[in-house]
Amino acid sequence: MTMSDLSIQREIVIDAPADVVWRTITEPAQIERWFVERVELDLQPGGHGTFAFTDRAGEAVTAPIVVQTVDAPHRFAFRWGRVRGELPEPGDSVLVEFTLSPEGAERTRLRVVETGLDAAAWPDDEKSRYADDHRNGWAEKLGRLAELFPAHAG
Amino acid sequence: MSDDPGDELWSAIADPSRRRVLDLLVRGGAATASSLANDVPFTRQAVIKHLVVLEQAGLVTRSREGREVRFRVEPDRLDQATRAMAQVARDWDRRLETIKLIAEAAHRGTSRSD
Repeated sequence: MTMSDLSIQREIVIDAPADVVWRTITEPAQIERWFVERVELDLQPGGHGTFAFTDRAGEAVTAPIVVQTVDAPHRFAFRWGRVRGELPEPGDSVLVEFTLSPEGAERTRLRVVETGLDAAAWPDDEKSRYADDHRNGWAEKLGRLAELFPAHAG
Repeated sequence: MSDDPGDELWSAIADPSRRRVLDLLVRGGAATASSLANDVPFTRQAVIKHLVVLEQAGLVTRSREGREVRFRVEPDRLDQATRAMAQVARDWDRRLETIKLIAEAAHRGTSRSD
């Protein structure tokens, strides 16, 4: 992972084998249960698809996505532009990478890394909402900031 | 939207050294480049470079006080950044929880009644 891009990393331990978790995160009908409302997906590297969802402003959005990595049941990654129906491009898109690590036969650690946040991730209505907010609690926010950004090695 | 400096903001805080400088300013209030350089393992010149990037991203402003140039954090801008980051992290936590529920239910073979 490079620190020239901003990334957010989260993980969870699931009491199910990796192939079950894999199906949950890659099958369109499953993705529709945890992520977006309508999924079309050509599950192969370079494959195109669309994610349809309602954004925070209540507007229907259909985002084209491009599959980047398919390595069952270990790694799945896709890229999306998040906005206005344009094909995702490096530098103007968000990369979402899932990594599945078996911990025994019946348990899987699932990690997600979202990289490349940019202006597209900031709807205008959110920006104005942030700007209206108060100015206190910096130490707490910085603590959270430190927690969100993994320390740079070396 | 067209003059949105969002990219600058993200790349500004993506750098660990710049976050360190920013952190010092948040905790210590206004400071000069020289005083900041005392608290980091890099040179005053490097501190100044970081401050310029942070300033271009709107995270830091400068003011002249007598012979000194002091830098301070722009709180609204930092607030934007931390809130957006925290929101993305919370969104993923929620999705991962749902994935866990779905996968574990599928593994147990329980029939869901939704």
